[in-house]
Amino acid sequence: MLFFSYFKDLVGREVTVELKNDLAIRGTLHSVDQYLNIKLENTRVVDQDKYPHMLSVRNCFIRGSVVRYVQLPPEGVDVELLHDATRREARGG
Amino acid sequence: MTDLKIIGNRNSQQQPDIKLLRLLVDKKMATDAGLENLVDQIISVITNDGRNIVGVLKGFDQATNIILDESHERVYSTKEGVQQLVLGLYIIRGDNISIVGELDEELDASLDLSALRAHPLKPVIH
Repeated sequence: MLFFSYFKDLVGREVTVELKNDLAIRGTLHSVDQYLNIKLENTRVVDQDKYPHMLSVRNCFIRGSVVRYVQLPPEGVDVELLHDATRREARGG
Repeated sequence: MTDLKIIGNRNSQQQPDIKLLRLLVDKKMATDAGLENLVDQIISVITNDGRNIVGVLKGFDQATNIILDESHERVYSTKEGVQQLVLGLYIIRGDNISIVGELDEELDASLDLSALRAHPLKPVIH
């Protein structure tokens, strides 16, 4: 649940999602669900010349199972908070 | 949001029921994250094997299984423009779905598919 909550806090931020087919999509995080499926708004593919397959897509749903990385804005990362949360989770509560 | 207001009013004398509020917010987030907003709209699906299927979303479930009507596949190649293969009514198993994109019809109409050349997308490797 930790990463679900973590991503929920990032809603509204600009992120880049890299998929397991090497496609990288940049957009505003609209929502996340329990499977870490991600919805992005105002999307654009990072290398549009190589990947024109999504030129007419502005909003998309990405299945959590195909996500390789989510690149976050630096200001969206609070390492201390994450440390505390992971420790709390490891302690079981 | 109306649900939230109702609870706020009912408990206005006491502390608001935080657990219930959180449950409702979570529920709202869950429905936000689903595909219900896209039903009866044209969507562009990219499958795990790199295919691109365009059609009207008729149904889906929690496993992202999808029912597509009037669907066609867009086949990308470097030798010629995009070819469209008519598929008709399709059910795609959620396991095989990478992306479900909302197709902007205006943007799509402005594209010249016959001039678009690209390598097909790579398959997903888990």
